[in-house]
Amino acid sequence: MSIRSPFILRRIITISLLLLFVLIVVMLAGVSMGSTKIGLKMLLQSLLGEKMADTMLDTIVWQIRFPRVLLAGLVGATLSLGGLVFQAILRNPLAEPYILGISGGSAIGAIIGILSGLSRFPGVSLTAFAGSLATLFLLLIMSSGKSLLKKNTLLLSGVMVNAFCSAIIMFLVSMTYDARLHNIIFWLMGDLSMCDINQVGILALMLLPCFIILFCYSHSMNIILMGNEMAQTMGINIRRVTAVLLIVTSFMVSATVCYCGLLGFVGLVIPHLLRLVFGSDHRILVPASILGGGSYMIICDLLARVLPQQGEVPVGVVTAMVGAPLFIYLLKRSKQ
Amino acid sequence: MKKAVEIENLSFSYSDNDILKNTCLSVYEREFFIIIGPNGSGKTTLLKVIAGILKARKGRLKIFGRSFKKYTRKSLAKTIALVPQMGMVDFPFTVSELVLMGRFPHLNMLGFEQKKDMEIASKAMALTDIKHLEHRTMDQLSGGERQRVFIARAICQEPRIILLDEPTASLDIAHQVKLMDLMEKLKEEIGFTVIMVSHDVNLAAMYATRLLLLNSGMIEGVGKPRDILNCEMLEKIYKCKLLVDKNPFGDLPRITPLPLKFI
Repeated sequence: MSIRSPFILRRIITISLLLLFVLIVVMLAGVSMGSTKIGLKMLLQSLLGEKMADTMLDTIVWQIRFPRVLLAGLVGATLSLGGLVFQAILRNPLAEPYILGISGGSAIGAIIGILSGLSRFPGVSLTAFAGSLATLFLLLIMSSGKSLLKKNTLLLSGVMVNAFCSAIIMFLVSMTYDARLHNIIFWLMGDLSMCDINQVGILALMLLPCFIILFCYSHSMNIILMGNEMAQTMGINIRRVTAVLLIVTSFMVSATVCYCGLLGFVGLVIPHLLRLVFGSDHRILVPASILGGGSYMIICDLLARVLPQQGEVPVGVVTAMVGAPLFIYLLKRSKQ
Repeated sequence: MKKAVEIENLSFSYSDNDILKNTCLSVYEREFFIIIGPNGSGKTTLLKVIAGILKARKGRLKIFGRSFKKYTRKSLAKTIALVPQMGMVDFPFTVSELVLMGRFPHLNMLGFEQKKDMEIASKAMALTDIKHLEHRTMDQLSGGERQRVFIARAICQEPRIILLDEPTASLDIAHQVKLMDLMEKLKEEIGFTVIMVSHDVNLAAMYATRLLLLNSGMIEGVGKPRDILNCEMLEKIYKCKLLVDKNPFGDLPRITPLPLKFI
């Protein structure tokens, strides 16, 4: 027996624990750092249930920072997992919900929902989901058949779908004159600042089942990467697996999009880094993307809050600044 | 002898015209069965129908005496494994990860391999002589090595029938012979039934227990190489001038296509 690391389960647990530790450290940093600094000791006391002497600090921790860090974690986890799944289904390491225009589609749905005065849940979530399914469908038609496997066709289709979505979004924005305009624009750039703990709870309840379903299909994703015909001869029902994966992923991406707006490239950066470190086995990559993506987004959000002298930049600006150069690098490398 | 694959009156079409026409065929257990024929004669289609990738328009297909329809996807995967023409994976899986994927039809819902699965994979890698490559990723391998990885993956699936689609197409002559030797060894030692599509008539003649000659969807002949490979028939089917003589090792036909300037 010379195969190293004989039991996959042990590897999954080790790597998950490691990344969970990172996530906890990052979360603590995310809560304690910001325009008002909160000492680690004080923070831990507050987390352990002791009331803080300073009620304002208590409010900052529990009403503002903590929900925000949780939201960032959930959003990062979802988007990087979304990227991972799309990369597996389309067999293209450059696929990602934002690049493919799926996020844009759900943004259109969400904006229509906001403008028609629906509540965030379930109204806007549903319109966003409908929007993402519509773009997914459009994308699959545009690059249908064999050409789906060709990288450039798919990416070009995605860019075009994205351009089309942006045009519709701009149209909707230009028709809006009242106070909602500022909200929409900030939200379009990716924004994690508008939420309370209840909304984060609802989002978590929607996302957790998706995470579990995707983990159950993680080994199927490995097999799908061998090609449709091979996967079929290995006992996979390609149509069923692909349909489940696409629908679950679109649902969870659109759920996060309607809470935090458009955040690009997260699904590209994290799966790529994780693959470099842990290899390509999706049974490891699915939990690792959830934990690692969460940490990444919390760090990005922290940078968005801390870097500017005054106020903050939208977190979407930070993710795009990191992600877009990496995308170009990967594209260049894949051509060679 | 037991029949591994039994095909009756099978027809297949992509659109209007049939690619396979009323095909009838039996492949026996532990055969090294090679399908030859010109480009577009339906060889790969026939292989894909047996693999369950393509559905026949009409006709019957039995695997080990049981109707094809009675197999579930997983039970079919435990019976038949396919080695693709040129398997490529864009993601940097290691050799051992890829070979282990062959265990997929044997795993439970969550898909965690047990010690037994690791041992089977280890044995498959030893058989195909890729043990030393197990921690390399697929993009670091040569064509011949990659081919052996996919064969190891198929062995790992523990099938009874192994299907290969032009496995020697992109290999140099030494690797071609090595691959054929390996398949013969697997047939002898494990008892696989090997069904292979090949363009190399001479290799096919040296290894096949029986040959199937296919021409535009029709079976032109099935039988021992020396019965199937006669000059007249081959010249008619391939539409070119051929020299057919004897291989000095044993009583096997040797085919040389003749260029225009020699005629």
